[in-house]
Amino acid sequence: MAYSEKVIDHYSNPKNVGTLDKASKNVGTGLVGAPECGDVMRLQIEVDETTGIIKDAKFKTFGCGSAIASSSLATEWLKGKSVDQAIAIDNMDIVEELNLPPVKIHCSVLAEDAIKAAINDYRSKNGLEQLVFEEKGVH
Amino acid sequence: MLKLPIYLDNNATTPMDPRVLETMLPYFTQHFGNAASRNHPFGWQAEEAVDYAREQVAKLIGADPKEIIFTSGATEGDNLGIKGVFEMYASKGNHIITATTEHKAVLDTCKHIEKLGGEVTYLEVKANGLIDLQELEAAIKPTTILISIMYANNEIGVVQPVQEITAIARKHGILFFTDATQAVGKIPVDVNKDGIDLMTFTGHKMYGPKGIGALYVRRKNPRVKVTAQMDGGGHERGMRSGTLNVPGIVGFGKACELCRLEMEADTTRISVLRDKLETELMKLEEAYINGTTEARLPHVTNISFKHVEGEGLLMGFNKNIALSSGSACTSASLEPSYVLKALGLGDDLAHSSLRFGLSRFTTEEEVDYTIKAISETVLKLRDMSPLWEMYKEGIDLNSIEWAHH
Repeated sequence: MAYSEKVIDHYSNPKNVGTLDKASKNVGTGLVGAPECGDVMRLQIEVDETTGIIKDAKFKTFGCGSAIASSSLATEWLKGKSVDQAIAIDNMDIVEELNLPPVKIHCSVLAEDAIKAAINDYRSKNGLEQLVFEEKGVH
Repeated sequence: MLKLPIYLDNNATTPMDPRVLETMLPYFTQHFGNAASRNHPFGWQAEEAVDYAREQVAKLIGADPKEIIFTSGATEGDNLGIKGVFEMYASKGNHIITATTEHKAVLDTCKHIEKLGGEVTYLEVKANGLIDLQELEAAIKPTTILISIMYANNEIGVVQPVQEITAIARKHGILFFTDATQAVGKIPVDVNKDGIDLMTFTGHKMYGPKGIGALYVRRKNPRVKVTAQMDGGGHERGMRSGTLNVPGIVGFGKACELCRLEMEADTTRISVLRDKLETELMKLEEAYINGTTEARLPHVTNISFKHVEGEGLLMGFNKNIALSSGSACTSASLEPSYVLKALGLGDDLAHSSLRFGLSRFTTEEEVDYTIKAISETVLKLRDMSPLWEMYKEGIDLNSIEWAHH
């Protein structure tokens, strides 16, 4: 299967690989997927206390090139967004941007799940209620 | 000079040896006759070429030329051998014993037989990939007519104890069939020494052409017959109808002859390269060889690199190195290799595996390049892997509640 150029670019030069301090109150961590399924994503956001803007985002991903590219792209998109704007990121935007084929759509869903999990982790640390998201169920 | 891309997927198919091609060429245009045409020189020439090739093929496996039935390849041979015995020996019983790590052509043929009212026992393999001989013997019933165990595995290269298996089959008067696709031409296979009754193999895994293979069917002690699975002109002693693929057969014959003459030298050279590749890659942390190293094809190794995913790993170098992975992230099912799972590997390790198959044409330079490229990619992806980070922090990955999707 041939990968799109954008997937290859993110795979070869991934953006924002790394780890934020998960103990920090301003950091939300989302860990989604499972080793048995062949992909695990950990996505982290660091939110500016005063502005509510995501000032940093990092990821680490175990998975195929499309999974790595999806999470790399997600961190790029997260930076500079408010938490509310981040919630609106849809997996199909990732599919479109990376030209993912149908068999790789689950990679984009995983990235969206990781964003939401990170946001909910951040919210719970800050005494906010958990957001309930609709199941995408594409896995 | 190193030429890219490098081909290390020789268990899937091998390049054809140029000497094979040369032998085949006249049989496409000049000597194009039908080997069954008995009335003119075109037919005679084709028949003569087929007879000669049949001898070359038989000689490689210690068989009589009359015991060679030409087929379109190993899949057809698996179907003809197993279904053919099931039909021919229906009055004796309906039970077949095979193993879970067999090729799909065997497993799916057995599934088909189950639908026809046959009974099939699928033996589990041990962690080293080999079957348990005691379990095999215990699985035998009065209705057992066939034991079907592959000679060498296509994913991990382990070689089954064929002589011990056939001793058990003989003792109980049961026929033994083997899919020897990966073994013939690579290691010594002798149907008499090994006690094999039926055996399938194919040209394109041994530097010959695609679309041509053979089913060995024993003629003496015991005399074995299979029911034809294709109706027609009654070619190949009535067991396989269809106009013979003369150029393919000529090439297959030549490929067998070259393997017979050069196997020893090839094996010596290739196993040194394979060992180098394996030793160097095993220097990476958390790398595991899949399957026993004690009974294994000389040109194969299968290694899991824990905490990196196989397809992602391949992407790091697959423009330049052709390999395959036990991970099946491209398929909708996301199921990793059933062979690796049968060894008892967790899905995580099965997803992290690479299969290497070297060939007669593999060079040391290619192996060196591969070692470097793969080592670098593994390290790069581990830096990017959350599992690797957790492993390094001493977190037990099994203690985490993963969201299974």
